Amino acid sequence: MANSITSTGHADHLEKLMPHESIINEEGEHVVLPQHRHHFETVEQQREAGSFGMWLFLLTEIMFFGGLFFAYLLYRNWYYPAFAVASNQLNVPEGAANTAILITSGFFMALGVWAAEVRKKKLLVGMLILTTVFGVAFLGVKADEYHEKYEKHHIPGASYSTAMFTNPAAYGINEQPLAPDMAQHTEIFFFLYFAMTGMHAFHMIIGIVLLFWLTWRAHRGEFSSGYVAPIENFGLYWHFVDIVWLFLFPLLYLINRHLPK
Amino acid sequence: MAHEISHDQAHDPSNVTNPEHGEHHIVTPIQYCMVFGTLLLFTAITVGAAYVDMGAFNPVIALGIACFKAVVVILFFMHVKYQSRLIKLTVGAGFFTFIVLVTMTMLDYMSRAWGMW
Repeated sequence: MANSITSTGHADHLEKLMPHESIINEEGEHVVLPQHRHHFETVEQQREAGSFGMWLFLLTEIMFFGGLFFAYLLYRNWYYPAFAVASNQLNVPEGAANTAILITSGFFMALGVWAAEVRKKKLLVGMLILTTVFGVAFLGVKADEYHEKYEKHHIPGASYSTAMFTNPAAYGINEQPLAPDMAQHTEIFFFLYFAMTGMHAFHMIIGIVLLFWLTWRAHRGEFSSGYVAPIENFGLYWHFVDIVWLFLFPLLYLINRHLPK
Repeated sequence: MAHEISHDQAHDPSNVTNPEHGEHHIVTPIQYCMVFGTLLLFTAITVGAAYVDMGAFNPVIALGIACFKAVVVILFFMHVKYQSRLIKLTVGAGFFTFIVLVTMTMLDYMSRAWGMW
């Protein structure tokens, strides 16, 4: 009986023995097909269950980042003058460029999902590589910004300096000087800045590692024969990380730019 | 898609070669390009708006644009517009719960020692 199934192409024969989830390939290897696991009634149900699970994970991520956003909201209201001047020390051109870079990365990821759906293997691999390149570019710009904070002594800790906020004129900054106690609270702004952008960057790094793995699998042709779930669900993760940045950018960089001096 | 798949591939009761039997909407590259353009445009608008003094409306506008961009990403890049009601409800419930939690926590802070720190 086992010998009779080594030839491929007899779908009805195979189905009796191994319904849905496995097949014997040309080399005679037993291959498990991920397209339709036996515990799902239909392919639609499997697809929906996968998306549902991924979204539940993303909702926990919303709650996780939500805690940081809430801390920002609260402290911004409490120490408003400190948050206003500290926010104005962030680099808007680099932040805006990074927003565009991240949107571009997300755009290529979306095209990658499409390429997998229409089974274009080379296009899928290309799009995943472009997604990775723009993701790395984002981290590069972010590193440059962190370096700028280091040079300005705006990294919270022992070498943190409030000099730019207590005596802005000496640094050529057109702001009202803060009293020393309020100026001390700028450190909270920068703590939240590093916590939020750092946690976001950490998610990007995880995403880039996953992208290397998915690009390799895509290159092997695993996602160009109709099985797109890993690409689709990774896309959801990558776009979620985009969305976090879409809120971080205006909240941290932009929200106090207009303030009257 | 169907035009690229031959007859014997289409006869595939266990969805081995053609799992697209599981009907679902595929968002087209043209839609993705339009979404991409919209997101870049609103990024430029939010940067520009930040330098215009609109008083209390500046944060409102900044957050409004961020929410709009997030909704566009969720609906199209994340395909929620074309998903089942279960997925739509899940996403909506998640954001709703988040807003409830933020509001309740904020009310707690505001009703205790606001301004006395």
